[in-house]
Amino acid sequence: MPTRMPARKGLLPMAKIIKHSSIIDDGWTLLRLAEGESAESVALPAGNLIVPLAVWQARKAELLARPQRGVWLAPDELAQDIATDLANLQLVAIDFPQFADGRGYSTAALLRTRFGWRGELRAIGEVLRDQLFYLNRVGFDAYAIREGKDIEDALKALNDFSETYQAAVDEPLPLFRRRGRAA
Amino acid sequence: MYRYDHYDQAIVDDRVKQFRDQTHRYLAGTLSEDEYRPLRLQNGLYIQRYAPMLRIAIPYGLLSSRQLRALSDIAAKYDRGYGHISTRQNLQLNWPKLEDVPEILAELAKVEMHAIQTSGNCIRNVTSDQFAGVSPDELTDPRPWCEILRQWSTFHPEFAYLPRKFKIAVNAADTDRAATRVHDIGLDVLKDGDGNIGFRVIVGGGLGRTPIVGVVIKDFLPWQHLITYLECILRVYNLHGRRDNKYKARIKILVKALGIEEFRRQVENEWAYVKDGAATLTEAEVERIQQHFTDPAWKQLDDLSLEALAVEKNDKAFTRWLERNVHGHKKPGYAAVTLSLKDPKTAPGDITSAQMNFVADLADKYSFGELRTSHEQNIILADVEKSRLHELWLEARAHSLASPTVGLLQDIICCPGGDFCSLANAKSIPIATAIQERFDDLDYLHDIGELDLNISGCMNACGHHHVGNIGILGVDKNGAEWYQVSIGGRQGYNAHLGDVIGPSFAAAEIPDVISTLIETYIDNRESEDERFVDTVHRLGIGPFKERVYANKNAGKERAVANG
Repeated sequence: MPTRMPARKGLLPMAKIIKHSSIIDDGWTLLRLAEGESAESVALPAGNLIVPLAVWQARKAELLARPQRGVWLAPDELAQDIATDLANLQLVAIDFPQFADGRGYSTAALLRTRFGWRGELRAIGEVLRDQLFYLNRVGFDAYAIREGKDIEDALKALNDFSETYQAAVDEPLPLFRRRGRAA
Repeated sequence: MYRYDHYDQAIVDDRVKQFRDQTHRYLAGTLSEDEYRPLRLQNGLYIQRYAPMLRIAIPYGLLSSRQLRALSDIAAKYDRGYGHISTRQNLQLNWPKLEDVPEILAELAKVEMHAIQTSGNCIRNVTSDQFAGVSPDELTDPRPWCEILRQWSTFHPEFAYLPRKFKIAVNAADTDRAATRVHDIGLDVLKDGDGNIGFRVIVGGGLGRTPIVGVVIKDFLPWQHLITYLECILRVYNLHGRRDNKYKARIKILVKALGIEEFRRQVENEWAYVKDGAATLTEAEVERIQQHFTDPAWKQLDDLSLEALAVEKNDKAFTRWLERNVHGHKKPGYAAVTLSLKDPKTAPGDITSAQMNFVADLADKYSFGELRTSHEQNIILADVEKSRLHELWLEARAHSLASPTVGLLQDIICCPGGDFCSLANAKSIPIATAIQERFDDLDYLHDIGELDLNISGCMNACGHHHVGNIGILGVDKNGAEWYQVSIGGRQGYNAHLGDVIGPSFAAAEIPDVISTLIETYIDNRESEDERFVDTVHRLGIGPFKERVYANKNAGKERAVANG
């Protein structure tokens, strides 16, 4: 099977992603609703799917029959909108239609800290090298780097800073509780 | 002042490396304009009308003489030999080259400075009282809290892409010198009945297109919870603030739309989960930070009255300077001194490289090697022995830093305006200059008394025109520059937004308008003790408005008759 299927509107294959600081083949297919498609009637391709929240809500029974299930959240969809379903999922993705829309950072932090999400948390959409360090800090562990960008290059950003001040998902203690400890 | 340890230094050094690489990729074409924009903004780099502008952070306005010398060198080497103190206590360079900025940041890092988050939709430089630590009316020194907030907000991963910029100010004195009511978050440091430190938290204030005075969200927040509580405010804002319209994206719009009760409920709901978590401040950390802000080695001096000093020197110019530019100090025998950057010959807030070096020397000689910038765009030497005031005045005067006009009509707050800024609708510096030239008689200025005149070149209100006793706003009318005038604004705990007096004016009319406003005040004040703003509040804007437009129309008729 070719790694790059011919582009079809609404169904974008993802070849390589960054996960846990490595570049790996992606085993998931992202489903976006094209214009005119509805959550109730869209065809669900075979394989491991990451579906929009609306599709998950409309087709839960159908999707639960599959071995692996993923859901993605739009910027205005909140962590609590998926909270009660987390036990049935292997992957949650958060979409960044524009990288400068930072709502997904809070949503990610809440999924990890408030709702105890331990599965894959993937950033999709306009995911670029220069946001990776912060995305990693708020709890993302997988990144579908935007098409046309060098994924090897993006990987470097995870090491942009050697030290950080705040408590966050990647380091639950703020620097002031760690300062001088290693001395 | 706060000194970096190896953690702080590593973070700033990593930033320099990161930005150097980002700029390199931008210049090489692998990072697009749109992708680079937020990155450069979060390093204080704007692309302006004629050149880039770099805004260097001066956290809560505090600088060492060593840092100021470095700024002087940078302004001379990479710019045109001057900088501009902004209304957020930062220093702006108007003419750096984009490709030089990484090198400038590297030089700044050598003296524990940076340009981190001086722009962009993130938490900006925390501002405070320019007299922090020395003011007689102070409850406690606000600067350790500012530094704690600086560290917390620096590269906060969750809040780097907020709906809009976010500004925090901290004040700990009886007088609010930090404009806390017009910030996204204002913090008043307080003590409860048992002497415990805490904060009154004000949220949703701001100027700009929709000026709003902030409201209290929490009456007393014990200090331990400062970070967790602010994090919750930011989180509610990040998730729910509007992103569809940048003019409605500040937190003030969200707070207004939800109402303070509902906004508070959402914040408290978040807080219930994170309160007492790892981000809760510890006594050890507060003490560690406070140790950086201990009193300098003040001498035990007998106090000296400024009146006696004035009599002894018998020099009217010196007396005026003592009246306006010298401020109270909690230690007997000491005073704080404002070095004015409002010499009418230069743009308000501008300072040359030579002046920076000179001020650094003054700081070493008179004030323990430290100085402060103020949001009124002046420089303060905080710890000057009163017995040396005359000597200092003579030196400062020789370098055009002793205009005896602090708090008077000439002490204009002014944004860079259309001469530099690409957002501006109109120029602001020439308006300031024209007003300063009109009111150049020191006797008259002192007779007029305290008056804040603030000028902004556009709605973004960097010149804080809404809270000026007289506010001037540049507006665009069919491509021409016009100026709207408001009166009655004031900053402080009783912050008030000025009222627009009527249709806007051409630039050439502004000095006459100001003259008429001043004459109306002089004719109507109950005594010399009644300040301009008090007269406006007593009488309302009616008498001012009537006279300004009557004169304007009379002027037009004269022009027609003579035409």
